[in-house]
Amino acid sequence: MRHLQQSLGNITMTSLKLKTLLASLALAASGMAAAQNSLLNVSYDVAREFYKDYNTAFTAHYKKTTGKDVKIDQSHAGSSAQARAVNDGLDADVVTMNTTTDVQFLADNGVVAKDWAKKFPHDASPTTSTMLFLVRNGNPKNIKDWDDLIKPGVQVIVVNPKTGGNGRYAYLAAWGAVREKGGTDAQAAEFVGKLYKNVPVLAKGGRDATATFLQRNQGDVLITFESEVVSVEREFGKGKVDAVYPSVSVTAENPVAVVERTVAKKGTGDLAKAYLDYLYSDEAQEIAAKHAIRPRSEAVLKKHADQFKPIKQFTVAKYFGSLTEAQKVHFNDGGQFDKLYTPGAK
Amino acid sequence: MTAATSVAARGAVPAAPARAARRASKRVLPGFGLTLGYTLFYLSIIVLIPLSALLFKTATLSWEQFWTAISAPRVVASYRLTFGASFLAALVNLFFGLLIAWVLVRYRFPGKKIVDALVDLPFALPTAVAGISLTALLAGNGWVGSILEPLGIQLAFKPAGIVVALIFIGLPFVVRTVQPVLEDAEKELEEAATCLGATRWQTFRLVILPSIMPALLTGFAMAFARAVGEYGSVIFIAGNMPMVSEITPLIIIGKLEQYDYAGATAVAVVMLVISFVLLFIINALQAWQRRRAGAPA
Amino acid sequence: MSATTATRTIRRAQAGTTEAPWVRWTLIGIALAFMLLFLVLPLAAVFAEALRKGFGAYLEGLREPDAWAAIRLTLITAAIAVPLNLVFGVAAAWCIAKYEFKGKAFLTTLVDLPFSVSPVVAGLIYVLVFGAQGWIGPWLAAHDIKIVFAVPGIVLATVFVTFPFIARELIPLMQAQGNDEEQAAIVLGATGWQTFWHVTLPNIKWGLLYGVILCNARAMGEFGAVSVVSGHIRGQTNTIPLHVEILYNEYQSVAAFAAASLLALLALVTLVIKTIAEHRNEQALKAAAELPPERPAPAGV
Repeated sequence: MRHLQQSLGNITMTSLKLKTLLASLALAASGMAAAQNSLLNVSYDVAREFYKDYNTAFTAHYKKTTGKDVKIDQSHAGSSAQARAVNDGLDADVVTMNTTTDVQFLADNGVVAKDWAKKFPHDASPTTSTMLFLVRNGNPKNIKDWDDLIKPGVQVIVVNPKTGGNGRYAYLAAWGAVREKGGTDAQAAEFVGKLYKNVPVLAKGGRDATATFLQRNQGDVLITFESEVVSVEREFGKGKVDAVYPSVSVTAENPVAVVERTVAKKGTGDLAKAYLDYLYSDEAQEIAAKHAIRPRSEAVLKKHADQFKPIKQFTVAKYFGSLTEAQKVHFNDGGQFDKLYTPGAK
Repeated sequence: MTAATSVAARGAVPAAPARAARRASKRVLPGFGLTLGYTLFYLSIIVLIPLSALLFKTATLSWEQFWTAISAPRVVASYRLTFGASFLAALVNLFFGLLIAWVLVRYRFPGKKIVDALVDLPFALPTAVAGISLTALLAGNGWVGSILEPLGIQLAFKPAGIVVALIFIGLPFVVRTVQPVLEDAEKELEEAATCLGATRWQTFRLVILPSIMPALLTGFAMAFARAVGEYGSVIFIAGNMPMVSEITPLIIIGKLEQYDYAGATAVAVVMLVISFVLLFIINALQAWQRRRAGAPA
Repeated sequence: MSATTATRTIRRAQAGTTEAPWVRWTLIGIALAFMLLFLVLPLAAVFAEALRKGFGAYLEGLREPDAWAAIRLTLITAAIAVPLNLVFGVAAAWCIAKYEFKGKAFLTTLVDLPFSVSPVVAGLIYVLVFGAQGWIGPWLAAHDIKIVFAVPGIVLATVFVTFPFIARELIPLMQAQGNDEEQAAIVLGATGWQTFWHVTLPNIKWGLLYGVILCNARAMGEFGAVSVVSGHIRGQTNTIPLHVEILYNEYQSVAAFAAASLLALLALVTLVIKTIAEHRNEQALKAAAELPPERPAPAGV
């Protein structure tokens, strides 16, 4: 092996050594940074803006109350991908997800506490969101509620439930809407089947769905999280889309949890708890409202009533038991969603 | 090794045992043991051992579970789409890649150097970026889509769009594999053919093509292999509709999203095996073709 | 004057081995059209999107510290992955191209295999081996060694996906060149290393360069596999492609395409360097061709 390297020239050898040295320096540097009072928050995709503001607020608050400096690292990717990463060894101190199944997965694997939902108020969800419709400016197809989505000629853009929490909530919202009106599960299944017949493209994720709807000009209506609307307007400009609130929609909880496995090793248990506790403070709830995420605090919600229109919501638990159960029944392979696409099974 | 080399150089092997004779004919050029050893070592560490993790994970399933996972109608439809589209795209790249390599090597025209440099572009763009920009181009309001869709040809969010994306990412393989070989081609053979009365097309078909066929097949195999595994550039332009425009890598992701690691690895193993078999056939074909053309070892 | 006459003579001599002009120009036309459609347009689309809100926004998108961390990480990864695969590529090409042995097609196929493994699977396998639930994960955790979700994991995944590039560039080239020159060198008394260094290497120079450039470009642009093993820690374990995805997902498409255009520019720069080096080499060849040639210089077409 050494002979071959010699043949290729000492230059290659030296540059290889140089670059390995550089790499190890970089590794050491990042390791050193972690040794200070630091916290890794593993979160979901579109939460970056929110956590950027929140982290600034929290570090100030922490310094004021304890006099200590703290460095907060953020990691953002798809919620389930993040859960898998933490399960496979990513050293998160806290996880802040947008689907309860992901935190439950970690609990089942002993990474977070089994009773994680009881450790913080409101089932450990300081914020929520809901699903609504985005239609073209002026609402040319006059889409007001769920029933309008199954009309012939209406094209619906939605996220693939198999690959995104956004998509799963859209599906559950549609299903639950039928149940809320007094329908049976069979009627709900029929409705959802008709709905997905009107879907020309299953987007990979929330952002992809928005791009398909707004940039590729596909579809007449986009079902997505309420919190996406602010981002959409910022990127594409106001006035391109109208937000339509259906009569009823589902509550999408944003659960948070301390990663016991990591804090036991790093000794950051108190810091992690303080970090998550502060999410329920008025300051944090205000920041959430600013980013179109529904706060739990009634006071803050009322203050921003023009942004968060009142909408009748049902929880996942009401019709599906829990998101984990819904996952098993509807979204896992062979489940209800798959049945929609297997020929013969309507 | 020196002994074997000098034996070969002297050409005297009558009395030597058969095994030494065989070894001697292999080792005219030294370094076989070393290079083969290092190749196998590196291959094992980087590729084989991690890939075996796939097999081990899949082995945690029972045969029934395994079979259900890999033979579900959606999954089978995705195999057809993935392998079919990849094959088609590699075929298109075979033809146009040869054309482009030919044009770059044999002809002079303004801007040739730029064109030559551009061929490597699909490698430079991150696959996801390529996917986004291809989708932007081919969608109804894109530069290309706005021309084609009124004609009734929809590419975005349809299987045809997938083929287009795969053509994009596979193009450099054929060109770059054929180009050096074409450059090295000996002109005397063509001149001899012309002297003997062959038309230009006959010369191309009977003299040039066979000599570059191994390179062509290599390029095809590489373009095909790459297309099969491709995810980032395809996922944006595919409609992802189950049974119609869903590629196998997406199914794998879907299974991971359900935390079904074993199911994901099962489908991945199937993909791996099919790819391996197809590649093996192409490579064996290429080796046979080379032997037929009388190339030296 | 004599140069033109010489060129004309060469051209006439080559008339028997070139196509009619109309054939030539048709082929050139088709090739250019194909390339325009499939290569130039997507490239233009990247820059068009990046500059959609003006040059100022373009620069803003690049000024972020996260962007610079991503660039640093990308360069480090490529700097480690490419030399590793270079050594392997040369060894494998030598082994496969210069000898006949049983199972050669099998070995070649194994070398090709990483190409067809979907990037997500490529990342997944390293997680299966090094992750917390993996084979040696617990041992690594006990010794506080981070492989996946840290830089080493990213390097490993990159090495995997760029594994075959150099080898597969060299193999057909070395096969086409045959063993004659090397055998002649051995007969004349050169050692293996001398043969390789003085005979083989100059012959495969351009194939090697192509291979390194491709390998480098892919290493810098790899997304799927790195995405799985990265951990996505902002400012620490995001490469440029991952950074592009993050920005895109946060509805900052201008910044996303700005970062993407960086990669495209980096690639274009490498290609320009390659072209210049090639040009110099051509000129050296032309100078050498002033001597009575054994065959017409190939650089004249």
